[in-house]
Amino acid sequence: MANDNWTVAGRSFTSRLIVGTGKYKSFEENAAAVAASGAEIVTVAVRRVNISDPGQPLLMDHIDPRKVTYLPNTAGCFTAEDAIRTLRLAREAGGWDLVKLEVLGEARTLYPNMRETLRATEILAGEGFLPMVYCVDDPIAAKQLEEAGAVAIMPLGAPIGSGLGLQNRVTIRLIIEGASVPVLVDAGVGTASDAAVAMELGCDGVLMNTAIAEAKDPIMMATAMKAAVEAGRLAYRAGRMAKRMYADPSSPLAGLI
Amino acid sequence: MSLDGSAGVTINGERRRVASNTSLAELIAEIGLDPLRVAVERNLAIVPRSTFNTLMVEDGDDYEIVHFVGGG
Repeated sequence: MANDNWTVAGRSFTSRLIVGTGKYKSFEENAAAVAASGAEIVTVAVRRVNISDPGQPLLMDHIDPRKVTYLPNTAGCFTAEDAIRTLRLAREAGGWDLVKLEVLGEARTLYPNMRETLRATEILAGEGFLPMVYCVDDPIAAKQLEEAGAVAIMPLGAPIGSGLGLQNRVTIRLIIEGASVPVLVDAGVGTASDAAVAMELGCDGVLMNTAIAEAKDPIMMATAMKAAVEAGRLAYRAGRMAKRMYADPSSPLAGLI
Repeated sequence: MSLDGSAGVTINGERRRVASNTSLAELIAEIGLDPLRVAVERNLAIVPRSTFNTLMVEDGDDYEIVHFVGGG
């Protein structure tokens, strides 16, 4: 039970839950949810400062980047160039080279554009970035990303923000089997059992935002997700029983009166 | 460059006039931002934070000033 850390690009973490920082009602609620989740990594977005009102409260005032690892994302980018530009700025703003790359294909589904994603991964890796890459749940695409320099493969379980849960356990499992870098389900988790399913399949971690932020009680859901990720991980390590087609009694048949 | 020597620049898509001989660090302070919490792009090139003090704002410059916000 003791040490079950996971490592991405040489950095070791205890928590296998990564949480987003979008869609919360307030920074206070966001910070409380992060604390309840036990997450050691949070995703953040890069956006223009409001130069007309520079005194607005900042994320950094509530979630301390010295205590929680900021993972800058490229949400909203639809080309490799936009994503790379965003991450260059992120690296200058925070000094981080561990980043989350996502290059989107269309607004309706937010499905990744894999051609642009692969191209951006290669360029970023060449510039010294350590990209954790949001991608389709395709075992071949996952291998190609790894070859291009992805330090983690992050297939979607279902569309971003949908909360539909893992739609294809087979492809997620195949990606895990084929990968030599960490695999995290990114997107699609709706409730605790979805996170547990991902971990039971052998994922190294789960990344989620909306499932916590849009729960009626985000802090309680963050607690639930922490427990689900831990339970799923333990179940995976414990090794589940084989499935049977029919019943098998748990009480001995011998000595029946 | 205008008659009074001020520079016309674009910051995050907004036009602004800046006094002549203004450094980027002074521009960031004038806007009211903490230079340690932002990243700056000038004419599509990243400006290293270490050069904020020495980089002088020039007429026609196009700046993007970004920071971290909540996101998934």
